[in-house]
Amino acid sequence: MKLRWLANYGPAFVLALALAAIWEVAAQANLNLAQSLPSPSAVVQAFVLNWVAIYDNTIPTLMETVLGLLIATVLGLLLAIVLDLSFWTRRAIYPWLIISQTIPIVALAPLMLIWFGFTITPKIVVVMLYCFFPIAVATADGLASAEPDLLKLLKSMGASRWQTLWLVRLPGALPSFFSGLRIAATYSVTGAIAGEFVGAEHGLGIYMLTATNSHALPVVFAAIVMTALLSLALFGLVNVMEHLTLPWYHASRADLLPGRQPRH
Amino acid sequence: MQSPKLLVQGVSKSFCQGRQALEILRSIDLEVATGEFIALIGPSGCGKSTLFNLIAGLEQPDSGLLAIDGDVEHQRTGKAGYMPQQPLLLPWRTIEENVLLGLDVRHVPRQRAREQARELLQRFGLADFAEQYPATLSGGMRQRVALLRTVLFHPHFLLLDEPFGALDALTRLSCQMWLLDLWQQVAASVLFITHDVREAILLADRIYILSARPARVLRVAEVELERPRSAAQLAEAPALRLEQELMALLLKEQTV
Repeated sequence: MKLRWLANYGPAFVLALALAAIWEVAAQANLNLAQSLPSPSAVVQAFVLNWVAIYDNTIPTLMETVLGLLIATVLGLLLAIVLDLSFWTRRAIYPWLIISQTIPIVALAPLMLIWFGFTITPKIVVVMLYCFFPIAVATADGLASAEPDLLKLLKSMGASRWQTLWLVRLPGALPSFFSGLRIAATYSVTGAIAGEFVGAEHGLGIYMLTATNSHALPVVFAAIVMTALLSLALFGLVNVMEHLTLPWYHASRADLLPGRQPRH
Repeated sequence: MQSPKLLVQGVSKSFCQGRQALEILRSIDLEVATGEFIALIGPSGCGKSTLFNLIAGLEQPDSGLLAIDGDVEHQRTGKAGYMPQQPLLLPWRTIEENVLLGLDVRHVPRQRAREQARELLQRFGLADFAEQYPATLSGGMRQRVALLRTVLFHPHFLLLDEPFGALDALTRLSCQMWLLDLWQQVAASVLFITHDVREAILLADRIYILSARPARVLRVAEVELERPRSAAQLAEAPALRLEQELMALLLKEQTV
């Protein structure tokens, strides 16, 4: 088990270490470079020195992210079900769903500020706007991919439309739903940061902005590292939830995934 | 007189294909008495599955009469256990939960459904698999589970659409014997679609032979072999004669 874990994550870790080492050496050798691009050791130092401030600003960002993601999940699921209700609802809603994604959400963020003020709400709305789309589309695709013969079987049993949805189509769409949720989770932190950039009292986004304005570059990088850690943690959390919810899925696919080393 | 389990009288069905109507079934007459095992053979693509869809209430005939237990008026869905060609087990449900799917549709309380499923699995030798997921089962086992699901939903009337078509010869034989055992234990009426003349002779009381499309009933053959049946009976003279005869009839219908 441990070896497997090492085999999965070891190579990426070694690559990161090697790149950091090259960066460190280059930054030490050339002081001009170090001024515009702080060395890894300087970033780590800034991270430790400013830990209290970083931590204090992480909490609001995390709150916005999680709340936005939760609302996006509910909204995405509802949209997927509505899309799936009939040929006509799909025809009516799907194009608008796509068009909604052509709008640069960052451009909407200042408007949110005008509408909702300097509260947590505009950030949550931005996160939600980033996240609902992958969830809705992935789940709708999952619902649409139900086996026609299976639907026929349920119909022959006299199942109602909702029974078919609840017993067969929704459970069958769960793997797709989790794929969408995974993508949404990686977007979500970025969404919160974008929301904070426009105006906030606390949060990693505004912290980064303040640090940039005072040319404290190592601190900016330290905040970026924290953002990345947050995204990774959410991604990991979704994976854990998926494994707990869909034990059957992973049991049946363990040997089918491409790129996995054979077990010998 | 008691009405037959299934009565099909003069049923015709056409589909639109592009601009022209495609005639699938032409005035089919068929009867399944209570407790009878009936096989339905025909050349591929002749419309057997369409006939099943009509009986299961998934589609309506253009003309003619279909009655389950003499009931002409009401919907036929839910009145027969329909088993499609693929086992179609739900991968997220354990074997036991798959078997009780039909009871979920009927809103039977879970505890009672579980007990019934467990009892059935026990009786037909699948209790060891109750807690497993379908992905871990072999093809033959999945078909058996699908059959038990069908039986638990509707034990008295089973519509089986080539359930063993995709299995290898040995697995198929063991599934066939298992089905005969099950049929006798639950005293069901069975309508069984197959391509395989030997399978039909081994299992059925009567065999309906359908023509190529549009399907008509070419012949109804009584199978006069003693029960309980065994594979050895297929090698005896009466079975061989019937097999030859039906094969000849079907070969004439095979267009390609």
